[in-house]
Amino acid sequence: MSVTQAEFTRAMMDAGQQVPEGLVDHLAQPAGRRFSVYRNNVAVSLTEAMHSAFPVIAKLLGKQNMDGLAGIYLRRHPPSSPLMMFYGAHFPAFLEGMEQLRHLGYLGDVARLELALRRAYHAADAEPIAPETLGALTPDQLMNTRLALAPAVQVLRSSWPIHAIWRYNTEDGAPKPEAQAQDVLITRPDFDPIPQVLPPAGAIWIRALRGGASIGEALEQAAAENSAFDLGATLALILQGGAITGLESKG
Amino acid sequence: MLDTAAHDRLPAAPGVGYKPQHFAQITADPGSVKWLEIHAENYMGDGGRPIAQLRHLSERFAMSVHGVGLSIGGEGPLDADHLARLKHLVGWLNPASFSEHLAWSTHDSHFYNDLLPLPYTDASLQRICSHINQLQDTIGRRMLLENPSSYLAFVESTWSEPEFLAEISRRTGCGLLLDVNNVFVSATNLDFSPQGYIDAFALDKVGEIHLGGHDEDEDDHGRPLLIDSHGREVVDPVWALLDYTLAKSGPKPVLIEWDNDVPDWPVLEAEAARAATALERVPA
Repeated sequence: MSVTQAEFTRAMMDAGQQVPEGLVDHLAQPAGRRFSVYRNNVAVSLTEAMHSAFPVIAKLLGKQNMDGLAGIYLRRHPPSSPLMMFYGAHFPAFLEGMEQLRHLGYLGDVARLELALRRAYHAADAEPIAPETLGALTPDQLMNTRLALAPAVQVLRSSWPIHAIWRYNTEDGAPKPEAQAQDVLITRPDFDPIPQVLPPAGAIWIRALRGGASIGEALEQAAAENSAFDLGATLALILQGGAITGLESKG
Repeated sequence: MLDTAAHDRLPAAPGVGYKPQHFAQITADPGSVKWLEIHAENYMGDGGRPIAQLRHLSERFAMSVHGVGLSIGGEGPLDADHLARLKHLVGWLNPASFSEHLAWSTHDSHFYNDLLPLPYTDASLQRICSHINQLQDTIGRRMLLENPSSYLAFVESTWSEPEFLAEISRRTGCGLLLDVNNVFVSATNLDFSPQGYIDAFALDKVGEIHLGGHDEDEDDHGRPLLIDSHGREVVDPVWALLDYTLAKSGPKPVLIEWDNDVPDWPVLEAEAARAATALERVPA
């Protein structure tokens, strides 16, 4: 009477299934409750992983609701690799698909922000350029320069005040979030990722740089979305965040 | 391995499972702790603080890399991506030891984040040996294989666990990691003598001993069911079993595992100090 790992996992992930025959105690009696140890270990360890991955979502929902959602999520999306630090990639879309959470439209983007913070935390190290390197360029040279950005840099766009919500739930005395769209830049000047609100069209500009555009080409794209795009302020944000790791003059 | 490497083997002394919250205290004064063990999977990011801390610690301590996610006992093939990640980590860190578990955790490309049990049969023996050969070939070094905690048994098993582990070691050349708490947990749950298990174990192959805390529950018939939780102090009967083991095996590297409800550093260090006392009583 053999028990395959397919049978084992099916019964482990669904308490409604019978414990496979062939699993016994020392008196050759059915394993019963002993099998529940595995059901419990898996559910508890993955639920804990979700709590540590999404502390702000857990705080917004409360522990009991988070436990319940994690229990559904871990069965629908079990980890696809042993790297638990990246578990939860499908959670934002999962939250957005839950009918009973429709009234909390911002949850998905807040979860995306928490995922991005974790990616930034574990991203490769990179040496930033000295800030004066840019100052030495003429305006023309600057516009024709391509920037290499640190692997830790993350950009998120949202129609919700996700930075304000994140701050309000992680920082004592932070102001109450007000209804507004917020794009967020994450840099990691040292070891701790820092999320900051991007000025209008700043996200467009950085994404264009990432795509290989020069500062000037990216500026055109950003200005096309919002004529008030502030190049100086956005450039200062990434420079101060240690996010620029190299310069390349175009042509 | 180079003879000149300062930390090329684990000393027959206490170590602890490294937790980032203890970084400052460990680097300031490690007390009785002479070496550190990490879970491989927590150091597979590309950079940042975890990797920087690991680099720093490895300059000062002999390190043990303990994998919890390779699924050596899995029915399917080993995950090639994960093998490559292990090779990379072991390659740059050059730890004193690498170990993994007699267990599986991945099925059909889903990872269940737990150490799941397997039957001890000729077929599973063959599969595990082939996985261990593949791993040892990939990382270019010998590994240690750890005995599991058991809550149940498989009707189909035809080997005893100590014999099964000894045969794997004989066929693959791998060493063994003896978790004394796991022996105590399994012996209680499956009603066998823990001393008898130690007597049958290939102690000459043991490169490391683990100790940890367990929780107490009951099965359907009200009999004790111990659960390997790594969330509290090692209990006295497990310390006694460590003494019994060391008297037969001689001094070995002894690790305290405390992974859940991680205590403040002095509590963990006190457990390591108790292991140091146990080791001092053993003639070299």
